Amino acid sequence: MSAPLLTIAGLGVRYAGAAEPALAGVDLAVAEGERLAIVGESGSGKSTLALAIAGLLPAGARREGRIDWPGLGHAPGAGRDIGLVFQDPGSSLNPVLRVGEQVAEVARRHRHLGWPAAFARATELLAQVRLPDPPRLLRAFPHQLSGGQRQRVAIAEAIAADPRLLIADEATSALDTIVQAEIVELLDTLVRERGMTLVFVTHDIALAGRFADRIAVFEKGRLMEAGPAAAVLGRPATAYTASLVASHIGLDTPPLVGGATP
Amino acid sequence: MSAPVLEVAGVSKVFRSGGRQVVALDGVSLALARGETLGLVGPSGSGKSTLARAVLRLVEPDSGAIRFHGHDLLATGGGALRRLRKGLQMVFQDPLAAFNPRTNVGTAIADPLRIHAIVPAAARRAAVARLLDRVGLPAALASRAIHEISGGQRQRVAIARALATEPELIVLDEAVSALDVTIRNRILALLVDLQRERGLCYLFVSHDIAVVRAVAHRVAIMDHGVIVESGPTPAIVAAPASATGRALVAAVPRLLPSPDSLP
Repeated sequence: MSAPLLTIAGLGVRYAGAAEPALAGVDLAVAEGERLAIVGESGSGKSTLALAIAGLLPAGARREGRIDWPGLGHAPGAGRDIGLVFQDPGSSLNPVLRVGEQVAEVARRHRHLGWPAAFARATELLAQVRLPDPPRLLRAFPHQLSGGQRQRVAIAEAIAADPRLLIADEATSALDTIVQAEIVELLDTLVRERGMTLVFVTHDIALAGRFADRIAVFEKGRLMEAGPAAAVLGRPATAYTASLVASHIGLDTPPLVGGATP
Repeated sequence: MSAPVLEVAGVSKVFRSGGRQVVALDGVSLALARGETLGLVGPSGSGKSTLARAVLRLVEPDSGAIRFHGHDLLATGGGALRRLRKGLQMVFQDPLAAFNPRTNVGTAIADPLRIHAIVPAAARRAAVARLLDRVGLPAALASRAIHEISGGQRQRVAIARALATEPELIVLDEAVSALDVTIRNRILALLVDLQRERGLCYLFVSHDIAVVRAVAHRVAIMDHGVIVESGPTPAIVAAPASATGRALVAAVPRLLPSPDSLP
């Protein structure tokens, strides 16, 4: 494994007014260039971990422990060193700004480009996320796009500043299975091509196994286990991970009903 | 096959907005028999949810017929429609949006018993307790507010409410898609148990063909408002004939990483 991009030590997070901590005692390192899947069910703390890494915990959340960035050498800036893609591009994109302005704005702010250069960069980025006819799309509003296209725009925005780390938090969960597979493939390709590190937060352990190098499993705010994807899926170290694997419904899962007309 | 419980014949629906036309349903036909689950699968925008809503008459089709035990739902109104609707229930993806969030569990389940005059007021509390028990929830949950309980419990309450009118058909529109996987499997098992016990038929709408394969006897694949293929589930999943069917099957994640994805 190569040198860590970031190391997490003894991380705990408690939201204001919450009885239980959202995360407790988390130790985890993210290697430079790896694709790490953070897997868990609702209430596992997986999204809190993503927010903590990005430095975007809400005001009032109490944090303990450390997150260090040996691979970066300085404190990261969200948007510049870390790109974020969330579940619902409908709420992360500005509905009244054209796609081109939103993507160009990120390039302008973080890459210090003028508007014409930023728009040229936005056109390139839209092509990189495999959107058809980028020059036309620059003038579109988010509501004119499909859910999958909007998520591609959100990804273009997230990578516009050439971040070292891309965090995708349930970025494919609101999409149908076909578009989900396309977006996963796109993220995979972008991460490989650009040498980015990917933290992929998901409730779907099979989707994690499809392309992550390592999987970290969380339950109720605790890191249950972390290891190479094939090992975690093939020889789960905890009963909880085994139950997630057993709960997966795939094309080889025995059906609950016979296939014939009753 | 006995006479179908539900028959959809040549149903079309075009949505018009700001000069644009979207053909949501284009001459869709299907039938559902007692005790049967039909899985309706397709990508976003394929028209599957519009069809589910049309069956419930939450969307008014432009043409075609929807017959429930031979009665055309589209040609029925008023009290007659209300009586037919008793036999037709629904469970949606987000139970929080499907309930009045300020009501409590007991009232949510008792409402259909009251509205359809199924159980007299004095016996309603006991009927609610029986329904809660059937979906695996404690009777004490009746006094809890809808927003206080977990997502999985809420979906069980939605199923209990759907069962209250002793329906023959339940339309399930992405009913397990938002649930955690361990809870999802328990809800699917509950649905299958209830079907065996009561001869229910389900129109099971989902974008996930693997989940549909687990519970549906037959499957219909939709795209662009058209059923592009349909048949017994094992046959369709094993050898989909349509491009959409092939894409849906190919998109299902395999549990073990493929050799080429290993570092």
